[in-house]
Amino acid sequence: MKKVAVVGVGATKFSGPQSKTEVELFAEAAMEAITESKLKPGSIKALFVGNVLGDFAEGQGMVQTYAAENIGCLHVPANRYEGACASASMAIRDAFIWVASGFYDIVLAGGVERAATMGTGLATRTFAMFSDARYEYPAGITFPAVFAMLTHLYSDTYGIPLEKLREQMAKVSIQSYKHGSINPKAQFFGKNRDMTVEKVLGSFVVSSPLTLHDCCPFSDGAAAVVLASEDIARKLTGKPVYMTGVGQSSSGPLSNQSDYLPRIRAREISSRQAYDMAGVTPQDIDLCELHDCFSIASLIAAEGLGFFDFGKAGEAWEKGEADIGGKIAINPSGGLKSKGHPIGATGASQVYEIVKQLRGEVEPERQVEGASAGMTDTLGGDGSTVVNMILKRGW
Amino acid sequence: MTYKLIFKDYNDALKQNKLLGLKCQACGAVNVPPKMACRQCTSPDMEIIELKGAGKIRTFTTVYVASEGRESEIPYVIVMVELDEGPWIMGNLEGIDPTKATMALIGRRVKMGHKVFPGDKYSAGEGARPLFSLLD
Repeated sequence: MKKVAVVGVGATKFSGPQSKTEVELFAEAAMEAITESKLKPGSIKALFVGNVLGDFAEGQGMVQTYAAENIGCLHVPANRYEGACASASMAIRDAFIWVASGFYDIVLAGGVERAATMGTGLATRTFAMFSDARYEYPAGITFPAVFAMLTHLYSDTYGIPLEKLREQMAKVSIQSYKHGSINPKAQFFGKNRDMTVEKVLGSFVVSSPLTLHDCCPFSDGAAAVVLASEDIARKLTGKPVYMTGVGQSSSGPLSNQSDYLPRIRAREISSRQAYDMAGVTPQDIDLCELHDCFSIASLIAAEGLGFFDFGKAGEAWEKGEADIGGKIAINPSGGLKSKGHPIGATGASQVYEIVKQLRGEVEPERQVEGASAGMTDTLGGDGSTVVNMILKRGW
Repeated sequence: MTYKLIFKDYNDALKQNKLLGLKCQACGAVNVPPKMACRQCTSPDMEIIELKGAGKIRTFTTVYVASEGRESEIPYVIVMVELDEGPWIMGNLEGIDPTKATMALIGRRVKMGHKVFPGDKYSAGEGARPLFSLLD
């Protein structure tokens, strides 16, 4: 297996409803990644694009071929990945495997979504399509409802009174807002700096006990990365970021994950694969962009990845152990909560952030000093797909 | 290999308040909803059984923001129930004020009826789900 490096990254600003098409958004992110790599579109051997709901958002299927032609990657194989919110991470992991295998030497991977453009009603309906359509959607399941049920289950399982847990969850949202408010590419850049526990708890209830400020927004945006084999990477950049471990796992309907809930079995399998491949442990990771689609999801993810003991992540956030300068810096970008969550692009945006952090290229106030190893965690559906990637500074 | 218990047959039974599942002949696990292979041991050797539809609430939520087309249903309570036979199942809870659902629901015993989601343009037809009510 060849060593694989990220040689360029690009991302649009994440936002609410906006007027650029998915092809236009992806083209901007992709060309930024290609240009940063000092490559030309003709150097790209294949294009892997995460896109979930383009069919519903703008009536566009197979956006990947139009994107490939649009950015000058003419006649290359172009594949679309659909794994709900983990789509872009699936695309990047597959790109990694193809480059590692030696079949391709340079692959562009990323994703794009216009979830905000769809509006809350259609977005809520289509996001519910990631739950079991025949056996669970009839009960009226929504994505917030999945994590709302996991919140009550978490409280019951670990014996943390719901009121206490909700305060801990509010601290998660406050930290994410703080980081996102100083990230110019975040949807909530410059916003929600003055968030308080009282404001989080007092905002309107989406699905009890989750309030608006426990939930990530619907977002539009795109992100892309260029992966290349080590020999090519060394010619292109003095700062290659190596992808040293990847993992992916799947599960069935939420009710059939009952042996493990509120733990997510797919995450524990996927992250183990990534740690083993990279030859590292959770203690070796300096920062992690993890899947905080809801505040409770951050706690569940940070525990499943091995950063904190089960039932203890809330305390860690309260003590600042999950903040920049703490035991591990979680979501210095602002995460899905504050940077935004254009679902088909989210995983690529996580890789973008880790690469920028390892290079020391983010705003000083949210830079993790001396970071040498970072990790991504992307969850698709209600625990049914998880992808993890570990990245290491190569200089 | 023919699928032993398809959605249509499961759904038709649920509309009669009968909850069907598959019992694995290799390991004894009960599978709900039906599958081709046992979720515990992956054996395809399974037989159709009828479950009692009784169990206890393991978690819940009250939904206030609905999917497009289901706005008239809010607020409603979703529960995950651990059936007496072992598997968990998702359904709704009736007979309480949805705005008053609290952690005290967890552990409460329930019995099962059903309610039919008539379907929308994406759902390939209707789908019944368990409609639970508190026993005590």
